[in-house]
Amino acid sequence: MTVTPLSIRPPAIAVRGLRVDLSGRGAPIVADIDLALAAGEIVGLVGESGSGKTTLANALLGHARKGTRIVAGEVWIDQQNILALDEKAQRAARGKLIAYVPQDPAMALNPLGRIGSVLHETLSLHRPELGRSERDEVVRATVRDVDLPDDREFLSRYPHQLSGGQQQRVLLALAFILRPRVVVLDEPTTALDVTTQAQILKLIRSLCREHQIAAIYVSHDLAIVRELVDRTAVLYAGRLVEVARSSAIFSRPVHPYTRGLLAAVPDIRRRQRLASIPGHTAPPGRRPDGCAFAPRCARATDLCRTDVPVLAEAEPGTLAACYHPVRELMLDLLAHVPTPLHQAGLPTLLKGSGIDAAYGATQVLFDVNFALPPRQCTALVGQSGSGKTTLARALGGLGEGVTGELELNGTPIGIGTAGRDRDLRRRVQYVFQNPYRALNPRQSIGRNLTEVVRHFFPVGKDEARARAEGAIARVSLPAEVMDRRPTQLSGGERQRVAIARALLCEPELLICDEITSALDVSVQAAVLELLQTLKEDGLTLLFVTHDLAVVRAIADHIVVLNHGRIVEQGAVDDVLDRPADPYTRRLLADSPRVADLVPA
Amino acid sequence: MKSCDKKRRWHRERQVRTGVVLFGAVLAVALLGPSLAPHDPNALVGVPYGMPGEGAWLGSDYLGRDVWSRLLAGGLSIFWMSLSASLIALAVGAVIGMIAAYRKGPTDQAIIWSTDVLFAFPDLILVLLIVSMLGRAPWLIVLLVALAFLPGVIRLARGITLGIVEQEYVDSARMLGFSTGHIMLREILPNAATPLLVHLGVMLTWAIGMLSGLSFLGYGVAPPAADWGLMINENRAGLIIQPWAVLAPVVMIALFTLGANLIAEGIGRINARTEDA
Amino acid sequence: MASSPIPAPSPQAGDGVPQPAGSGRAHHSPSRLVWLPWLGKRLLSGLATILVISAVVYLGTLALPSDPARVILGPEATDAAVALLREQLGLNRPIPVQYFDWLGHVLRGDFGKSLDSGVPAMEIVSDRLGNSFALMFLVLALNTPATFLLGVFMAVRRDSRLDRTLMALLIGVKAFPPFAIAVALIIVFSTSVLPIVPAVSLLDPALSALAQPQYLVLPVATLLLIVMPFLTRLIRAGMIEALDAEYIAAARLRGVPERRIVWRHAVPNALAPVIQGIAMTVRMLLGGALIVEVVYSYPGIGSALNSAIENRDIPVLQTITLLMAVSVVVINLLADFATVLLTPRLRTTAKPQLSSGAKARLRLKAGGV
Repeated sequence: MTVTPLSIRPPAIAVRGLRVDLSGRGAPIVADIDLALAAGEIVGLVGESGSGKTTLANALLGHARKGTRIVAGEVWIDQQNILALDEKAQRAARGKLIAYVPQDPAMALNPLGRIGSVLHETLSLHRPELGRSERDEVVRATVRDVDLPDDREFLSRYPHQLSGGQQQRVLLALAFILRPRVVVLDEPTTALDVTTQAQILKLIRSLCREHQIAAIYVSHDLAIVRELVDRTAVLYAGRLVEVARSSAIFSRPVHPYTRGLLAAVPDIRRRQRLASIPGHTAPPGRRPDGCAFAPRCARATDLCRTDVPVLAEAEPGTLAACYHPVRELMLDLLAHVPTPLHQAGLPTLLKGSGIDAAYGATQVLFDVNFALPPRQCTALVGQSGSGKTTLARALGGLGEGVTGELELNGTPIGIGTAGRDRDLRRRVQYVFQNPYRALNPRQSIGRNLTEVVRHFFPVGKDEARARAEGAIARVSLPAEVMDRRPTQLSGGERQRVAIARALLCEPELLICDEITSALDVSVQAAVLELLQTLKEDGLTLLFVTHDLAVVRAIADHIVVLNHGRIVEQGAVDDVLDRPADPYTRRLLADSPRVADLVPA
Repeated sequence: MKSCDKKRRWHRERQVRTGVVLFGAVLAVALLGPSLAPHDPNALVGVPYGMPGEGAWLGSDYLGRDVWSRLLAGGLSIFWMSLSASLIALAVGAVIGMIAAYRKGPTDQAIIWSTDVLFAFPDLILVLLIVSMLGRAPWLIVLLVALAFLPGVIRLARGITLGIVEQEYVDSARMLGFSTGHIMLREILPNAATPLLVHLGVMLTWAIGMLSGLSFLGYGVAPPAADWGLMINENRAGLIIQPWAVLAPVVMIALFTLGANLIAEGIGRINARTEDA
Repeated sequence: MASSPIPAPSPQAGDGVPQPAGSGRAHHSPSRLVWLPWLGKRLLSGLATILVISAVVYLGTLALPSDPARVILGPEATDAAVALLREQLGLNRPIPVQYFDWLGHVLRGDFGKSLDSGVPAMEIVSDRLGNSFALMFLVLALNTPATFLLGVFMAVRRDSRLDRTLMALLIGVKAFPPFAIAVALIIVFSTSVLPIVPAVSLLDPALSALAQPQYLVLPVATLLLIVMPFLTRLIRAGMIEALDAEYIAAARLRGVPERRIVWRHAVPNALAPVIQGIAMTVRMLLGGALIVEVVYSYPGIGSALNSAIENRDIPVLQTITLLMAVSVVVINLLADFATVLLTPRLRTTAKPQLSSGAKARLRLKAGGV
């Protein structure tokens, strides 16, 4: 196995042949991982769910998660192979040579641990030679490094007394305090809003550069990775399929999977038709012989199906594991979608006036006024806490503590829970964010669907089933899904079932509450494609999201919500290209983007 | 499959199998016993505290009655009473708990508070007090035992339902306009069934303990009926001479409880895993 | 403004824990006694509960199909004499009046006189109380550290052979109803196998119970066997849950040694359910005390209650029942308070909400003595 030479200096970390299997005599989760990083270099590790990226991230520290086992490989840092160390030495290495920043800061901090004492603990364990006051100084310096206050009051706080962004900075402090050679970051900004995320990314970059610490940034979000990293490694089904400099990989991706991923990522700067990758990733143990991507690849040949391709230089500076790498520029293949003309004075399907909402004593919506044009997609944008879900739920008929006026096609309708009749409930449908909780797990898919049909339409069992099957087909799911239970389907499939359920009601308005936030990028592209088709068929959409790139991809009209107040609304292209409100401008500036600005 | 998981699963299934065997065996004794007893449970077959011998495999009790026959006949009342009490507690408590969690607001507060009041009385004492006051009719005892278990079931059902009600498929049903009854029956109940059933098994074990305890104290089934709890108390004095009259019913009760326990826990764990997404 | 401010379902509404800070909001309370209003409300609620309990106790005993006057005078007394006594005892007044009268006396410490012996009920109870306290104190003092260490030990070695064996043992012991355990212990240690301790507790009333340990051994052992399985399994489960937490994995990845992880990181987080468990244990002990004291003829309030029930001695009955119920309420209150103090997240908000799901599960596991 060759170590990839990408710099003359000795690498800060060199991984060779790393392989992690399921426990027992299980199948490999990740295999043949070779990677080297120079000091101060940031490498992005990109993969969707099921790619094994978190397993890999943990394995770099010699940690095998529950149910897994590190089977082979070496991780060389500072002339030591972490995987070969005994338990005590490995413990010493963790934190000192290689550190880990976990994903969810709220869960990763001990609720009983004051911030200062946790930092002290790490220091005293790894640097016992320091005295109390010296430790104190180091702690304070580190805390300042991550842009947190270093006073006693702050250091004596508990994690729950900090905001999400502050908690994440504490985790960064814990990782950087010992000046390790390498830091592994596992999607640390997933739980944060866009602006905080931008700040954290900047912080990570400056810490790495300043202290010449190599970093591996694990993520599913290509846009973030592009903002932050020098090189990108793409992980598919447990193997590295492409490793290249970021400037190369985003404009000239070589592996078909990378290209597929990029074609599915929405771009905030311009609208494009998103393309999803057919099929889905096989889980460990069920991966096909040969190249794991072959079943989904348009370029696959017999060779691909029998022999596993290895990483080799496909272009100067780019490694790819593919027998048929692609040589064309990515941009050439993106289909531009013309921007829709926004006509003033369009009829209104749903109009809301003077909407207020409160949870107990806290008011969350302040005098919201809007109008949804028919047969178009309106995006409702805001960060968490903006009140967008409250508004969406109220529009869907589940608003408690909400007052105001609503008109559907000119007729006033109730905004509270009890105020709607059955027909109205049928005409306005709602799809939830979390596909794993949107379907009754105790009923088959068919039952979930036919129940709804028969609730609204006086049809018999057979007719109901026929309609359900029709809806399933419309969302591009195979018919056998009808007899399965929700727990047997993936997140993307469940989300489509939820959409099918909504379609069965023959609605006029479909409210989608962040329905793609929990989905992988390629699956998201498929769902957005589906929504586009539905829109062309005449359905009106209200799409709630925090992701401006998705807004550009699917919406015609945008409403921006900040802490319960509408700050801007208008045509998508107008608002995103020429934002008037400072909040909108800040959102745009902080949102990571995938492609360079291209003249339209 | 991961081998440590496999080992664990086999172990648990063995637990359930053991539980089923034990419980089934004791159940068979309790149900079939009365018809298989060689002697009439109340007939005198030997001297008081007689040793095991011909015709009296476990000897005779303090009056001279056949221990073995009384053992066979003594399980029936414990069995049907514990089962009834547990089922009643489950049915009533589950409904109240689900309503409390679904409705929230003042109804919920009132129900919670009532359970707190009921909970303040230790189980046995509550039942004992009322039985002593109102007499020992078997159905009364059953209802009282159910009452003692009720607050626990209500709290459990409420807790489970609160978790379910947060799930988006319940919100979806509400948005679509399904009636409360429909939602309770089709969305909430099926998803709450498993932990409630496990609790049924647990209540069964408590009920057996409590009922035999009541008999032991003299407030359960009246003599001269054959009842395991009663037998233990009646024959206590002669423990040194004739331990079988006490040991045998103790063992039966213990096996009964153990069996029910193992089944309840085993099923709970197996089901928990198959429910995970 | 909103017409009816009932909180809509939000991710942490209902009985969940107070909103975590993951959404960009910092919680910092300057006052250290922020939980004081909550405590006040809880105390009031507790008092109300006690009041209702007292009413239940009083009204319940009224339902006894026995006439206190007749019990005092005996079965041969004439109807006229009984009627006269009833009048004198004020038994013909409307019930609410009787109740409040009784309540007034109770608050002054006067629980009436035993129908059996004429001795003030409080005196009878306080005599016995010391003995029962001795038992409970010993049981708790022995039980708490033992189960704690055992539970932690088993959790750390979960699914090992030792753990499974111990679990099987605990389940086995739990299968025996309390009186069966008592009887079994008597068989083994008093009569046939190893006759080393007396089966009947003939305590000398003049001496403190603790000074006569030979009479305490079996009752304490029995009670220990009754409560140990529950608490051990609870602690074990709590520790397992704590050890599975994300922050423990994160600590391991920082190189914190395992021993420190168990004792400094996991154990403190497992304490909250344990506190509730100990409260449940006290409740179980109160119930178990009755049977245990009867079996061993131990002169405590359990056996006093039993006699009072048999003799229809209403004042004593009321006193002891009230005492027990009030103790449970007080212990629960203390446990809730301790839980809030131990959990920083609850300690720093003005509206701590103890997870009722967890509490409910605890009560269930503890029930049935």
